[in-house]
This record gives sequence, C-alpha cells and structure tokens, in this order.
Amino acid sequence: MDLTFLAFFAPFFAAVLAPVLVRYLRHHAAWALALVPALVFIHFLGFLDDIAAGARVTGGVQWIPSFNVNFSWLIDGLSLTFALLISGIGTLIVLYAGGYMKGHPQQGRFLSFILMFMGAMQGLVLSDSFFMFFVFWELTSITSFLLIGFKHGAERSRRAAMQALVVTGGGGLILLAGLIFIWNITGVSEFSLLLASGDLVRQSPFYLAALILVLGGAFSKSAQFPLHFWLPNAMEAPTPVSAYLHSATMVKAGVYLLMRLNPVLGETVAWETILPVFGGTTLIVGTFLAVRQTDLKLMLAYTTVASLGLLVMLTGFGTEKAIEGAVLYLVAHSLFKGALFMAAGNVDHEAGTRDVTALGGLMAAMPITFGAALLSAFSMAGLPPFVGFLAKEEIYYGIAAADPWSLAITVTAIIGNALMLVIGFAVALKPFLGEKVATPKAAHEAPVLMVAGPVVLAATSLIAALFSGLFHALVSSPMASAVAGTPLQITIGIIPKPGLALTLSLVTVGLGIALYFALVHLRAAMAWLLATIGWGPDHGFDQAMRGLVIGSTALTRTLQNGRMEFYMTATFVLLAAWLWRAMAAGGEWPQMPAFPDLYGYEWVVILIAAAGLIAVVRAANRLTAIVTLGIQGFALAVLFMLMGAPDLSFTQFMVETLTVVILALAMIRLRLSPQDHRSAGQTLFDGTIALACASALTMITLQVLETEFDRTLTDFFNQYSYTIAQGRNVVNVILVDFRGVDTFGEIGVVMIAGLAILALLRVVSRRGARPASPPVGKSEARPVAGMEV
Amino acid sequence: METAMAFLGGLYFAVSIYLMLSQYIIRILLGAALFSNGVNLTLFTMGRITRETPPLIPPDAYVGTPDIANGLPQALVLTAIVIAFSLFAFLLVLVMRSYQELGTDDTEEMRRAEPRDEPVPPLGY
Amino acid sequence: MRTVIFGSIAPYLTALMVLYSIFVLLRGHNEPGGGFIGGLIAASALAVYGVACGVSPVRRALRFHPMAIAGFGLFIAAMAGMFSLFAGVPYMTGLWIYPTVLGVELKLSTTLIFDIGVYLVVVGTIASIALALEERDRG
Repeated sequence: MDLTFLAFFAPFFAAVLAPVLVRYLRHHAAWALALVPALVFIHFLGFLDDIAAGARVTGGVQWIPSFNVNFSWLIDGLSLTFALLISGIGTLIVLYAGGYMKGHPQQGRFLSFILMFMGAMQGLVLSDSFFMFFVFWELTSITSFLLIGFKHGAERSRRAAMQALVVTGGGGLILLAGLIFIWNITGVSEFSLLLASGDLVRQSPFYLAALILVLGGAFSKSAQFPLHFWLPNAMEAPTPVSAYLHSATMVKAGVYLLMRLNPVLGETVAWETILPVFGGTTLIVGTFLAVRQTDLKLMLAYTTVASLGLLVMLTGFGTEKAIEGAVLYLVAHSLFKGALFMAAGNVDHEAGTRDVTALGGLMAAMPITFGAALLSAFSMAGLPPFVGFLAKEEIYYGIAAADPWSLAITVTAIIGNALMLVIGFAVALKPFLGEKVATPKAAHEAPVLMVAGPVVLAATSLIAALFSGLFHALVSSPMASAVAGTPLQITIGIIPKPGLALTLSLVTVGLGIALYFALVHLRAAMAWLLATIGWGPDHGFDQAMRGLVIGSTALTRTLQNGRMEFYMTATFVLLAAWLWRAMAAGGEWPQMPAFPDLYGYEWVVILIAAAGLIAVVRAANRLTAIVTLGIQGFALAVLFMLMGAPDLSFTQFMVETLTVVILALAMIRLRLSPQDHRSAGQTLFDGTIALACASALTMITLQVLETEFDRTLTDFFNQYSYTIAQGRNVVNVILVDFRGVDTFGEIGVVMIAGLAILALLRVVSRRGARPASPPVGKSEARPVAGMEV
Repeated sequence: METAMAFLGGLYFAVSIYLMLSQYIIRILLGAALFSNGVNLTLFTMGRITRETPPLIPPDAYVGTPDIANGLPQALVLTAIVIAFSLFAFLLVLVMRSYQELGTDDTEEMRRAEPRDEPVPPLGY
Repeated sequence: MRTVIFGSIAPYLTALMVLYSIFVLLRGHNEPGGGFIGGLIAASALAVYGVACGVSPVRRALRFHPMAIAGFGLFIAAMAGMFSLFAGVPYMTGLWIYPTVLGVELKLSTTLIFDIGVYLVVVGTIASIALALEERDRG
C-alpha cells in the first residue's frame, strides 16, 4: 500500500474518530487529532527533494477501467506546495479549534467537519484525474457548507452556508462542463497528460467555450467579482473555519485550478485579458469594501477577496516574473492571513468583541498574540524581512512596464497593496495599541492551543524570507515552474535592490501609511458610497433564491395540482402527440393490411372479446361491469389457446377467475358509483384522446408486423431447450432455466405486492369502516348503486 | 391473423384509456386491468402468431421444428399476466381502503394530499 | 354463497384442484403447465374453499400463514440457484440427477426445485390476498 494513498484517506479516518475522541478527551483530543495532518505534512515533506530536482510523481489505482477513469494523483511543485500548506496549516487549525471551541457541546462534530474538509481539499490539489478533481471540488463545497452553517441555529449562518453552497457548488457544475470539453478536445482526462497537449486545446474551436466554463468554476470558488459576496458572508462560521477556508484552502482552489491549467489554457489573448480584468476589479472592489468594515473578521475577509483578485490578475498577466510573484504571494498570503484570522479570533475570544472601534490597548494583556499579528501584518504590508516583501518585489518586477496595459495593472496593484497595508495594520495595531478600552470580557492571553497557530505561521513568514535561497529552491521555484510550464528560478532576496520595483514598493508603503491615518474618513466615505448604491450582488442572491422558490412552487402547483384527471389526461395527450409525431416525422405509415384470413370460430371469439370490452365501458352497474370484464378475459384466454399458447391460456383463465372473485369480494363492500358522470363534451374529449392513442399504437403494431421477423432468439430456444435444459416445453424452460433470475425477481414482485396488500388491509381506519355522512363540501347528489352482487 | 389481433389490441387500448381518463377510481381501476390485457395481447402478437402448434418439442425430437409457436413472447407475457394481476389486486385494495378512509370515489374530492390552498413554502433560509 | 350443497362438495373440489395443480406443476417442463399456472390453480382452489366454508377452515387446513408459504417458496427458489455454487458453475445453472426409484428413472433437477418455489410464492401470495378479502367480507 502506497503511503500517499493512505495520506488521501487519513483525514477522513480522523474525521470519523473525532467525535469519539472528543467525548473521552474533551478538548485535549485536538492534540491527538492534529497528529494526523502533521503526519501527512511530514509525508509530503519527503517529496521536497525529488520535486525540487524537477521530478513529477504520479501514482494511483484504476477506478472505473471501462471509462478510463482512474484514482490517480499528481505531485509536482504546484500540488506539493498546496498539500504542504493544507496539511501544515491544517495541523495548526485543529489545535486552534481545540482551544477556541473548548467546552462547546459539538466540538467533536466541528473537528470532524474540519478534518473532512481538509481531506477534500487535499484530494482536490493532488488529483490527477479530472473526475477525482471534480468529486473533491464538490466535496469541498459540501464540507464548507457544513462548516459555514455550523451555528445552524442562526438564520444568518444558514443563509451564508446556503449561499456558499449555491455559488461554489453551482460553479463546480459549470467547471465539470468545462473539463468535459477539454476531455473531448484532447481525449485525455488527466492533468499530467493534459499539460503536454496545450496547443491542441488552444487551437480547438471549442477553446473559448471551455475557457469560459472553467473560469466560471474557478471564479465562483475564488470569489471573484461579482461572485465575491459569499466569502465575507461565510464569516458567520466560527473563526477556525474562517482562518482555514480563507487562507490556504477553499478560496484558493479556484486559483489552484487557474495555475494548474495555465500551461494548457494560458498564453492566449482571451486568457490574458479576462483574468487581469476580473482579478484587478476584484482587487480594487475587495480592498475598498474592506476599508468600509469595522469587524476584524470582515476586514480580513474582504482583503482575502482582494488578494484572490491579485492572484488571478497575476496568473493571467502572462510574464514569468508575474507568475513568480503570484506564487510567492500565494504562499505569503496563506501564512499571514491564517495568522491574522487566528489572532483576530483570539481577540474576539478573550475580549468578547471583534469590533475594531470597541477595542484598544490589549498589548499588555495579549503580548504573544500581538507579536504574531504584528509580524503577519508586516508580511501583509510587504515589508522586509518577510515573505510578503519578496512577493511584492517580484510582482512589481513582473508587471511594471511602459505600455498602457501594464501601467493600468501596476496602478491597480499599487492601490490594492496600499489599502491592504492599511487593513493589515488596522487589524494588527488598532486592538492592541492606544488607550485601554473596556471590553465585554477582561482580556488576557489566549491558551497555548490558540497562540501556537499564529506564532508558528508568523515565524514561518519570517524564516522563509530569511532563508530565501532554500525556500526558493525547495518550494517556490518548483511551484512557479509547474505553473509556467517551463523551468523557472526565483532569486529574489530580502536585501532590497535599488530599481523600479523598490521605488514602487516605497510608493505603496508611503501611500499606505498616508491612508492609514485617514482610515476613519475613508471608512465614512465608503459607507456613504455603498449606501448610495444600496444594491449589490448579495441582495441579488436573495432575490434570485426567492424567485426560485416562488417559481418552482408555481410550476409544481401547475403540474402537480392534485387532480388525478389532469395527470391522466396529460400523460395520454403527450403519449398520443409523441407517437403521432414520431410517425409523421419519419413519414412511416403502415401499409393497408390485407383483410385478415380467419376461421369462423376465431371471428366469433374475437367478436365476443370486443363485445365484452364495449360492454365494460357501457356497464351501468357493478355486476355488469364485473361480468363483462370476465367475458373479455375469458375470450382472450380462448384466443391464446387458439393461437398456440396453451400456457398463456391457462394462466389467463385462472387470473381472470381470480380477478372476478376478488373484484366481487371488494365491490360488495363499496357503494361505488357505477355511472359515468362525464358530460357530452368531456366524453368527446376523452374519447378523442383514447382513440388517438389507440390508433397510433395499432399502427405501430402493424408496422412491426410488416417488418421481417428476426428468429434468432426463437431458434436458439427451440434448439437448446431440450438439448441443454432437458425440457420440451419451451415456455417453461425459458421461465425456470434460461431466464431463471428474471423469474426470481418477478416472483419477488408478486410477493411484495401481496405484502403491501395485507399491510393496507390491516391499517386501522381513522374514520371507521364506512363514513356516516358524506364529507363536507360535497355538492353533487350521488346516485346510490342499489345493485348487490 | 395478426392484423385482426392488432386491431383487437387497439380496441383494448381505446377502451382502457377512455376508462382511465374517468374521474372515478373504480373506472380507472377497470381501465388499468384492461390496459394490461391490451399490452399483453400486443406483445404476443408482435412475436408473430402460429396457429394451434404450441411451443413444445415433439417427444421424438431433440430440437423444435421451425413451425412451432414462438415461445419467447409467451414466456414474457406469462409472467406479465401474473404481475399485472398482483398490481390489479393491489390497486383494488388501495381503492377500497381510500374509499373507506375518504368516503368518496371521486378523484376530485380525494385531494387530501394536495390541498388547494397550501401556503407558499418559507422564503427564508 | 354458503349453500349446503356447495359447502359439502367444496372440500373435495378443493382437494381435487390442489392435486391437479401439483400435476400441472410437475409436468410443466415438458407439457403446458408449470409453477405459475399450478400456483394459480391451487390459489383459486383455496379461494373457492374460503368462499364456500369460511376462512377459518382454510387457515386451519393450511396450517401455515399463506404469506409464510410464499416466503418459503421465495427462499427455496433462491436456494435452488445455490446448488450451482457447489458444481462451480454460474448462479442458477440447471443441474440434473437421474435416480431410479422402483424401476422408474426419475429426472430431478434444480430447475424443478425452482419451479416449486415459484408455485409456492404464487399460491401463498394470491391465497393470502383472497383470504384477507374474504375475511373482511365477513367482518
């Protein structure tokens, strides 16, 4: 058994164990459960050497061989970095959740969901096959639905969960369509093979369709404007969820997909236009909306939206340096955003509020949290010596150029980065510095489970930048190479080199510091602007959902209106229309058949059957109905006898006898109305439908009879009934031997019908055996059938 | 031969569909019983009819002669008859029970499951 | 329908019909007949008995609940297919043995067991429906 295979499933096993462990160990179970992602992390660390040397590890098992669908994984620079982030941050999140949710009655369930989500996310980034990728993609939507809606008692939570599920799950379906397009174009369903067929995809006439569908999926998952609204709403979830979903995982899935497909779909005009436009818009909208917020988590959430926009913009920009910048920024963002979310959670948990205007002076009470938050804010602001600085330098190297397009992108990036610096420091400084403000709870430092996460992540931001050579060699260069599709070497270090990039960095920092002091005015201005617009995609989502419910209710009321007659009429009208249309479209009318050549007694039997049938329709009382039903049945039995089917004939005889007996038994007890109460118009209408269906069915029968009869099966059974199955009655041999398993199923059906009947007869009546008076609201005077059998 | 049976099958369909379009459950029930007869007859006819020679292999032979009747549709129809009967019995008891419970055999008045004035489902989350 | 004449001949008629149904069942492999038809004949025999003499004598005569008979039939039909497991052939492959009893060669097979299963399911199910309806008729 391959250990990687085990790593795929380990989080799910841990998810099953979590509730049990929490029951016995309470919040200490987090230590045990964190071992699982930690082991997965260590397992993947073992790949670093090989991947850095340029290897690509694939493996897996066949899943559905007939469709060429495999359970296969692909480990290269891109997926390995993601896997390390997911399992590494996952370990810290599990610990953090142990402290944050301490004493919560559903802590076990919460940890279970977190681990499930981790498994889904890890499967997503490691999948090689499209189908596995899609399954895990939707699994992240479902598990995030569970996590976001964890506080399911609150309507806001339920709404946020539903919104995330609808947006990201729906996006997943669009993505599936895109992947199937690509599969059809190239004939391969695995990323590792697909990477070699980029030209095939780009030259295909379906390229644009595939691209738009894939982008639909990626943009919905990665919260690109105008689908960004679900992400801030998802802040309804407990903080560990926010810290995990919005730093390294869920929302990065879309970016992962874009990076994965960059060598296949990229380097076209469409790719290099759509991505920067959407990404840039998202960056600006996200940062401006972040400025508006006073809630620590919401401020961070909107900067997440903005960061995702920046990543998408860089991925689509097209230069190698831009891709390097995107890669560095992705790692940096995962680290600092995870730490900042956890720090915000600590403040909320210990001080009892996360409204930035109601916090201040917590530095003395929470020094460790403050330290971690400050270091992370430095990284977020792009100041040395942190990974964020490397990322920002590389970004400016990548995009700064003299043409108008690059200039626009550069200005966008500067504004975005400056505002992110503002938010970063607002989150990291405002609650801790200044005058001590009275908070709902007397704040003190969070427990070790909760400070471990922010401290480790903040330290990683620092260490990775200090040892940037090793970091680039092991992590960022292989990842950038995988994204670009060609080997890349990242060289950026923490010692600033004079030049254009440094100048732009200084501009960014200066602008940021200036805006930081104007934050209050900026916030007021944004609040005014949003109030003026007054309507956004978030509101639109509500309207769409309302419309969906109202529309589907109306549709259901129309189609499922509870009127049996309507169902029957609709069924047969459609049947008639369909049959006639099929014949008319093909122009396949049967020929006029020759007048049937029958013996006299055969005519007699057929006429008796026909007469019986017509009498059933015209029957005026129950006895006539039963007797005439019996007549047509026995006539049919005689016909079977005459047509060389004695077995059928016997069966029909017995069934008809039993039908008459049980019909009589049941009807004695019912005062059913035997009359047909249809008006003349209704009779004409129903009769027309019946005739239209019946004539079409007759014509189809006649057409079948015109064709040459295929005797293959008949000859087979005639040949082998005796020689193989040792029976001379072909019908019985087919029933009990050749098609014995079918017959077995059929007697099962017979028996289930019998059981259902007994159950129905035994249900105790709520109203007594016979109603004393007709139900209220009955207008029609009902004719009472006086006839007794 | 087959032609006459095809038309008889057509008559079965016409009568049974007309009955099933009725508003009264007992007629719908009779229609359902006749419909299965019509389907069986049509299926049997489509397998071609051979007069008076059942699908039996003669005692002195090992393989059936080509002129014996086609056994395959007969086997299919045989089980179909028995299953249709089970279904008929079930429908009959269902009709009986619903008549006893609801006190009506008029499908218009049996709409307890789907009342007319049901409110719109909740629009919140 | 409970007339004296009908009531007194009904047991004999029923016995005769059940006997005939078994005959039809056993000859089914070579002549018209078989489990479905035999089962229907036996079920109508029991229904006639029930109409003539009331339901409780029929239930007493049967000893088992008819649905139990049907269940047993389904069980042996399934078991008949299991024999092929021991012979190492696919499920429900027909197997034959030819023992000689009193100088007559009998042809016994798993398909016969299967057909008996079909017979019992049909008898049990349909008899229980008919009897249940007759019972309610009295009540």
